[in-house]
Amino acid sequence: MAVPPGPGRDSRAMAIIDVCGLTKRYGARVAVAALDLRVEAGEVLALLGPNGAGKTTTLEILEGLRPAGSGSVRVLGVDPWRAGRRHRERVGVVLQEPLGQGELTVREMLQATAACYPSPWPVDALLDAVGLTGHCGRRVKTLSGGQRRRLDVALGVLGRPALLFLDEPTTGLDPEARRALWQLVRTLSDEGTTILLTTHYLDEAEQLADRVGVLIAGRLAELDTPAGLRARGGGAATVTWTEAGRSCSTITATPARTVTELAARLGEVPDLAVTRRSLEDVYLQLVGEQA
Amino acid sequence: MSVLARIRIELILFARQKDTVVFSFLLPIVMLILFATVFHDRVQDGHGGSVPYPQYFLPGILAAGIGLVSFQTLAVGIAVERHDGTLKRLAATPLPPASYFLGKCVLVLVTAAAQVAVLLTVAALAFRVPLPAQADAWLTFAWVFTIGTTAGALLGVAYAGLPRSAASAGVVVAGPVLLLQFVSGVYFDFPDLPRWLQTVAAVFPLKWIAQGMRSVFLPGSFAAAEPSGSWQHGAAAVVLGVWALVGLALCLRTFRWTPPDGRSVSP
Repeated sequence: MAVPPGPGRDSRAMAIIDVCGLTKRYGARVAVAALDLRVEAGEVLALLGPNGAGKTTTLEILEGLRPAGSGSVRVLGVDPWRAGRRHRERVGVVLQEPLGQGELTVREMLQATAACYPSPWPVDALLDAVGLTGHCGRRVKTLSGGQRRRLDVALGVLGRPALLFLDEPTTGLDPEARRALWQLVRTLSDEGTTILLTTHYLDEAEQLADRVGVLIAGRLAELDTPAGLRARGGGAATVTWTEAGRSCSTITATPARTVTELAARLGEVPDLAVTRRSLEDVYLQLVGEQA
Repeated sequence: MSVLARIRIELILFARQKDTVVFSFLLPIVMLILFATVFHDRVQDGHGGSVPYPQYFLPGILAAGIGLVSFQTLAVGIAVERHDGTLKRLAATPLPPASYFLGKCVLVLVTAAAQVAVLLTVAALAFRVPLPAQADAWLTFAWVFTIGTTAGALLGVAYAGLPRSAASAGVVVAGPVLLLQFVSGVYFDFPDLPRWLQTVAAVFPLKWIAQGMRSVFLPGSFAAAEPSGSWQHGAAAVVLGVWALVGLALCLRTFRWTPPDGRSVSP
């Protein structure tokens, strides 16, 4: 598979994440199979894939929380499983599982974590950025699911990481909180943070990511820009209309020509609609093909 | 200053977790008050001497308290933190492992010292238990307390690897602790136990903490009632010291921030 260039590829800079032939087994089950992945500085890369596809395992290996099975893994130039304190100061991690230690207040948890980093965000500024200012004195166990998730993200970015891992950061958030979190991710990305996130939301990947990787059964089935990925599967757009009382549709790379032909044949085409083929269409097609 | 921050967090969490406060910190104090209120008989040393029941019960409950705040607090607490993802989160931060363990050490020392202070105060003021006047008795108290607490804490960290879920941690830890208390002379007169039970108990540290505490708070005439006929300070120091080293070795060899592969909390 041809790997399209990410930003900065041609500058011969060291990749922030460089994975080569990564394989991880749990007993007989293969969680990750021969994964190759390069993430360049400043890039936002989204990993998509059905449940159990190996997204979290891949992330946890890159985060240094699980040993790799075989293959080579380099994160910020070092093996994350053996990396020390200096490395972890530069890497932010937002895990998928819920927060423990619910008896602490939001502020106490942030302050204790801030004490681990050399130049963390000021806690108050961060509380503001994630919209938790009004809740800073509350015990974590009394927060709603969405508020806990925002605290989780705040804890992950607290140390001003050069590289940020987000494992399903917006799962369980309401639409407004999701958009606020997207804004935070964009801000971090604009400031030069390299971000690797997993998500089940195709629109999220499209909104945030420079490139999208699709993991299916531990294999990287696709890796491309959202636009490039959308263009896969034979056409860039879907044209629908009604003809002789029946609803018709076609996928085409040249929707204008299709519409011109339809207009020549039918005059004013009933119920005509041209929709850009969504990333979701391509994704579902990919998952369906591989299943 | 990640160490100071960790110490603060440990103390805040301990104080706010009502179940640990009740079952490891307050339980021995309640037991002392309960037993000392219910039982009034004097306990004989077998040679004509005797002490009031509260004085006889105090050394055993001190030992039980040391076991609870060191071993039980850490074994349950760390097992829960491992399975609820807290340790995994800490592992992803630059927090030095030493800061985490120092936080736990200070937690154990502070709670153990506070508990001992409350037990001695209650015993002396409410039940008129005479506290020793000689410096060498308090020296014995100091080393039994220190080595006993250290061994308990290290073994607690190692034992925290056993529970297979956060939910089971309480039972997996508290069950053996309760059994050990019964065979180590906390609730029963140790010399009255069958010989084979005494031998089993002598393998574990709690019996030696209790025996060391009896040597501090009971008259010398009670030494003759011990199975060996003496307080065995040398043997107590060696057994407790060896358990502390075994605990340390187990921690260094087996401690993990995350549950083993395949039984993680997340798929």
